[in-house]
Amino acid sequence: MSAMETAKQAVAEEQESGTKYLGFWIYLMTDCVLFATLFATYIILRGNTYGGPSAHDVFNMPSVLAETLLLLTSSFTCGIAVMMAKIGRQRLTLALLGVTFALGAAFLTLELNEFTHLVVDGHSWQTSAFLTSFFTLVGTHGLHISVGLLWLGVILWQIKNRGFTAGVVRRLTLFSMFWHFLDIIWIFIFTIVYLMGVA
Amino acid sequence: MKKSDSVSIRPYVIGFVLAVVLTLSAYSAVVYHIWAGVMLTGVIMGLAVVQLIVQLVFFLHLGRGQDARWNMAAFFFMLIVLTILVAGSLWIMYSLNYNMMPSSKMNTYMQSQSNEGF
Repeated sequence: MSAMETAKQAVAEEQESGTKYLGFWIYLMTDCVLFATLFATYIILRGNTYGGPSAHDVFNMPSVLAETLLLLTSSFTCGIAVMMAKIGRQRLTLALLGVTFALGAAFLTLELNEFTHLVVDGHSWQTSAFLTSFFTLVGTHGLHISVGLLWLGVILWQIKNRGFTAGVVRRLTLFSMFWHFLDIIWIFIFTIVYLMGVA
Repeated sequence: MKKSDSVSIRPYVIGFVLAVVLTLSAYSAVVYHIWAGVMLTGVIMGLAVVQLIVQLVFFLHLGRGQDARWNMAAFFFMLIVLTILVAGSLWIMYSLNYNMMPSSKMNTYMQSQSNEGF
């Protein structure tokens, strides 16, 4: 019951600190511009294979589809977890965030697996401008995912140890914005890099 | 979910189902070669933009809440910067490719252009 009250108080305090969400939103918009430069670079360089493999030769599409669905589902469970946190369902929130973490980790594993295969087959970032821009764009997204998983780990620890304080609920909401944002960036990586690569 | 709970997970469920359908449509359009060339590129880019809007509305709740106007302003400003950046880069690099064309290729290119006529 006290968890419920704390959560309600947290929601009230959260509404007062709206500017914190606006600030984080503006950070996300600048991150979009960062990704836009990497997308532009990739689109310009994707034909420059320098005798190396082209997009047609290197992508394993079923694995990419699996990555896409894993990230999408983790974005979904993360959104539901925030809803559950707002009504003070601590155990359900922890379970959903655990699922979010597991799906995110599975996504990262598949991505690193893809990178490892490329490098082992001799198609590293040094091979051609196409692969340099590919590794930079997809790797930057992967780096964001890794930081997100670290952040989620800290939030899980905080919920377990401190419960739903105003600060924890706020950080969880900001994390969910970050996680949804990364899923949106991935839609465009999926479309522009992978689907257009093999189309 | 109990009715008394003040939150609704419905937007998330709708958004998730739409996003899965859009992802699978784009994937099958490419893998099963339903279209080709510019048509295919147009269709999958269109599906990506629709999914962008779906996720912005159902997951990020863009346009709702107390900061909605500021959020929208920042979002549209980002879109303008993004458009200038991507379209501008592509434009510059492709016309650079054209202007840096070796003279032997330039003759063939101009020949083909003149064969096409106006």
